[in-house]
Amino acid sequence: MKKFFFALIGVCFLSYIGASTAFAASSKPVKIGAIFSVTGPAAFLGAPEAKTAKMLVDKINAEGGINGQKLELIIKDSGGSPEKAVSFAKQLIEEEKVLAIIGPSTSGETMQIKALCEENKMLLISCAAAEVIVNPLAKYVFKTPQKDSQAVTWIYRTMKEKGITKIAVLSGNDGFGSAGKKQCEDLAKTQGMEIVANEVYDRAATDLTDILTKVKGTPGVQAVLNWSIVPAQSIVAKNMKQIGLNVPLFQSHGFGNPKYVQQAGVAAEGTLFPAGRLLVVDELPDSHPQKKVLATYKSDYEKAYKEDVSTFGGHAYDALLVITTALKKAGQPDRDKVRDAIENLQGLVGTAGIFNFSPTDHTGLDLKAFEMLTVKDGKFTIYKK
Amino acid sequence: MDSGNLALQYLLSGVTKGSIYAVVAIGFNLIYSATGVLNFAQGEFVMLGGMVAVTLAHFAPLPVALTGAVIIVALIGCLLELLFFRNLRRQSVLHLIIITIGLSIVIQEAALHIWDEKVRSLPYFSGNEVSSVKLWGAAISPQVLWVLGTVACTVALLHFFLKYTLQGRAMRACSSQPEAAMLAGINIGNMRTLAFGLSAGLGALAGCVISPITMTHYEMGGPLAIKGFAAAILGGLGNPMAAVAGGLLVGLLEAFSVSRLPAAYNDVTAFLVLLLVLFVRPHGLFGRASAESVREH
Repeated sequence: MKKFFFALIGVCFLSYIGASTAFAASSKPVKIGAIFSVTGPAAFLGAPEAKTAKMLVDKINAEGGINGQKLELIIKDSGGSPEKAVSFAKQLIEEEKVLAIIGPSTSGETMQIKALCEENKMLLISCAAAEVIVNPLAKYVFKTPQKDSQAVTWIYRTMKEKGITKIAVLSGNDGFGSAGKKQCEDLAKTQGMEIVANEVYDRAATDLTDILTKVKGTPGVQAVLNWSIVPAQSIVAKNMKQIGLNVPLFQSHGFGNPKYVQQAGVAAEGTLFPAGRLLVVDELPDSHPQKKVLATYKSDYEKAYKEDVSTFGGHAYDALLVITTALKKAGQPDRDKVRDAIENLQGLVGTAGIFNFSPTDHTGLDLKAFEMLTVKDGKFTIYKK
Repeated sequence: MDSGNLALQYLLSGVTKGSIYAVVAIGFNLIYSATGVLNFAQGEFVMLGGMVAVTLAHFAPLPVALTGAVIIVALIGCLLELLFFRNLRRQSVLHLIIITIGLSIVIQEAALHIWDEKVRSLPYFSGNEVSSVKLWGAAISPQVLWVLGTVACTVALLHFFLKYTLQGRAMRACSSQPEAAMLAGINIGNMRTLAFGLSAGLGALAGCVISPITMTHYEMGGPLAIKGFAAAILGGLGNPMAAVAGGLLVGLLEAFSVSRLPAAYNDVTAFLVLLLVLFVRPHGLFGRASAESVREH
């Protein structure tokens, strides 16, 4: 009798476990990994990206998830350090076995994990801008921001329209600055611009009047092109006006946060820079294909986090959008199927632009994704010639 | 712009940077003079001063915010001394220096959590982001004049304090002969707390007045501490005016380097000159030979 009783308990127990495992398997969430530099020198990129990703995943899960499965977002803070990015990538690939990794926030970190992800057939949707991320092409590596080479092309195009051919290029000594500097130099030759002054400064510099004095003393400078991140972007703008260097100032697409305008105050008036249309969504006509996506993202983000939206958070939005759209099309969380689906995505409306991926194009954006913006009365507005 | 004007503009630019380094170096100097400790958290006091002032400026007029920031950070300096230094069993200077390095990391992370990673700044004390004062064909932001004025007042007040008041003289006694000072009834512990508090308050004032120029963010302390430390060493530890001279000199060297070489070399030039000076005059340009080396007590 005792033996029978124990056997009965055992069978009940085993069947309970079996049932609950089967139940769990059908509603197991799809894991998506994210590596962002939420703290550290690239925090102005990673912090809005992490917030955006969380917000979007919560929204998707509230609407029922993808293909009936909820998403689980695992965010790792790399602090801008490529070494940490590598270690987190290994963790996400081997331990968490995520479907895909979005991020990292910087080009330096992305390049460190590009080969690792490709070897392990891990989908990587980077939120960094450098051309070298997708050129040479890696099957599993994509990116969502516009390329820095496209930003430079836009700037040079606008300069030529204004009759500017001789410029001074200033850049910060970090990854973003050096990559931008290289693009400026390479494209200057092919696009008819002459760089008469070319200076690199420490990204933590507190005052740049000496370098700008050098620019002021260089004959023939018609405009200054600054390629850096905060706080140097604002410092350059202020110092130029303070020492009386009154030529147009062009900034990189790293200027894309209304806060930088506030920090540079009156000195930011008239600054020109290329950016996605998120910052001027209110000026877009309702018929513009991106208007709905941009307006929704802007109001959701500002309501949830009570801070201005920036183009950087938009890169994480686009990365998640790419993954979830491809996942829906593929029907199941299989990396190869999702990868093929991404390469066939056409006309996907994101925050940076409209994406058209292909087996040879893993960026998906062309020059039309950019708009030339300027600052007028303390606000971003579309630059009209 | 003719070359005379250009040279003057470089000079003014050097003075701008130099005044920022000078105002940080004064704090280094004070704690070293009073306690023999090189406080590598000095840069963090500068950062805290700016951060607290920006927060206070949201609901108080600027002078109140500044005063509040200086007082709060001075109290934080005293608190840190009481918590971390007062009850050490082995009061070796080397240990204390290493503790200050650890403190600087903790303060930086705390600032990141209390505020956030964003860059912020105080409004310009006079004028705005584009105002400039014209001096003989070159131009400078009026805020730099505020920094220089603060440096001058600080040096004058410190000089008066250390030479003519009882507390100041007691502080100097502690640094030159701690055992004799104790015998004379001076409480060494309290003097050290006072030195930290004063230095933190001065650092905070520095952070406020340079904030419109350099912008304030949680990571600004490290690079400032290094430059301020170099400036203090170049001038010679033990004399607040030497710290100012050291700071201005480092700034001018950097500006000079930018005028001749690519800008990327300006740090190299400044530190090279620092090393050369130290080879020839190990106590710095104006330091007294009696300044102690780091040794166990």
